[in-house]
Amino acid sequence: MSFDIGLTLLVLAVAAWTIAARETFVAVVGFVAYGLLLAFVWVRLAAPDVALTEAALGSGLTGGLLIGASSRLRRSQSPAAEEAPGVVLKAAAAVLSILVSAGLAAIVLLLPDPAPTLAPQAAASIAATGLGNPVTAVLMAYRAIDTLLEIVVLLLALVGIWSLAPDRDWGRRLDRRGSTDPVSVLTFVAQLLVPVGIIVGIHIFWVGSVAPGGEFQGATILATMWTLASMAGLVSAAAVTRRWLRLVLTIGPAVFLAIGLAGFALAGAFLAYPKSHAKLMILVIEIPVTLSIAATLALLVAGPPERARQ
Amino acid sequence: MSLVLNVLSVLAVCAGAFFFLAGTVGLLRFPDPLCRLHALTKADNIGLGLVVIGLLFRAASPLTALKHVGVWLLVLLAGATVTQLIAHIARPSGPRA
Amino acid sequence: MTATLYGFCAAVLVGLGLFGLIVHPQPLRKILAFNLIGGGVFLLFGAVARRGAAAGFGGDPVPQALVITGLVVAFAATALAVALLLRLTGAARQAGLRSDG
Repeated sequence: MSFDIGLTLLVLAVAAWTIAARETFVAVVGFVAYGLLLAFVWVRLAAPDVALTEAALGSGLTGGLLIGASSRLRRSQSPAAEEAPGVVLKAAAAVLSILVSAGLAAIVLLLPDPAPTLAPQAAASIAATGLGNPVTAVLMAYRAIDTLLEIVVLLLALVGIWSLAPDRDWGRRLDRRGSTDPVSVLTFVAQLLVPVGIIVGIHIFWVGSVAPGGEFQGATILATMWTLASMAGLVSAAAVTRRWLRLVLTIGPAVFLAIGLAGFALAGAFLAYPKSHAKLMILVIEIPVTLSIAATLALLVAGPPERARQ
Repeated sequence: MSLVLNVLSVLAVCAGAFFFLAGTVGLLRFPDPLCRLHALTKADNIGLGLVVIGLLFRAASPLTALKHVGVWLLVLLAGATVTQLIAHIARPSGPRA
Repeated sequence: MTATLYGFCAAVLVGLGLFGLIVHPQPLRKILAFNLIGGGVFLLFGAVARRGAAAGFGGDPVPQALVITGLVVAFAATALAVALLLRLTGAARQAGLRSDG
């Protein structure tokens, strides 16, 4: 219990530091630390799948995205023109925040006891899905339509980012190398780490059916390995107009949708699995979905195609 | 779990925590980015190594112990790489004569 | 008990994030604060899930799956917001406008 109190105080302290920091880069670093501590909190809340997702996606990829953005903004910004908020605005914001926090804390105290839960229903049907991890069962069997929509949302966000590219830069390769040549130590570590990372990513995806893990966590690790390899100059980035890239991006949602529609014929409802082959169908969906999500996440981090920065 | 293994594990983890503390003090107090990098990586690698050794005493199976050591090796690799990259930016001309 | 404690933590995180969202003029800081709010909301879900521990599971798996979905979508939204911000700043700089932060 005292460990939990200490962890809570630490998380709140780092979050407060993220808000109060003067420089944007310092705030982003604080945000990455906050994400990792939050992953710790998720483990304490007996949610290891969420902890993996938070550490990899919420802290890792988001942190990488924000660090890149903050460094580019710092280069392009004139240091002068920041208007600081007045005291009245700060006081009003503080009052509003305290009210919202107090309201949420009251809600936490007023939660019904005994707590309503769907765990018994989830446990009752999990044998039929052939899975051992209840969270994966919820994601891929009970609420598979949420996962399908989530994958489509990822793709739409990517389309949104691509639509921000200036017309003249559309066919360019995504050149992620910075203005200086990649230092050789980065190339060395990429050559060492990327094969290990790919194996770890595939392992986490594969083991997600019986233990904490799953396709989102595995796909995030694969996307990170691709980003590392492209930063080190090991892979020449593909242009977004290439057909194979678009095939990899869309094959996941396409297979998911196809199996969902086939569910009408096979089991009587959209995204219903036939009883004896549920695990097989889930696997057939998960493999292309992992590939697609990995590609989508990597491209989301890479951003719109643009001419190389000077 | 025998008492001796328990005590050894706690001692190792405490020693590791001390090295983390030393590295953080170095980060806050040293004057120069390169000195701070030195303090961070040296202390944190040894600190994490001692924590991992402490956890090895409590490992549930050889595979778990192997995973702990694997984590330590990966952190070593990441720390060494990032240190080199930051040092390259802090002093691009290389070691001074 | 731990669930209630982390529920309070979530409430304070949402308040902190809301304060940062209103007070900071730079858009990137607002995006950071928004992610802080998101983390707090997910933590609230996590506290609710922990209280629903039953049938041999450590927590109710349905809210946990919802949080995983939320994390992924929040990342996509952050990526889109950052891309918009960079394009806006680049366009403002090219047109010679004073950068609005």
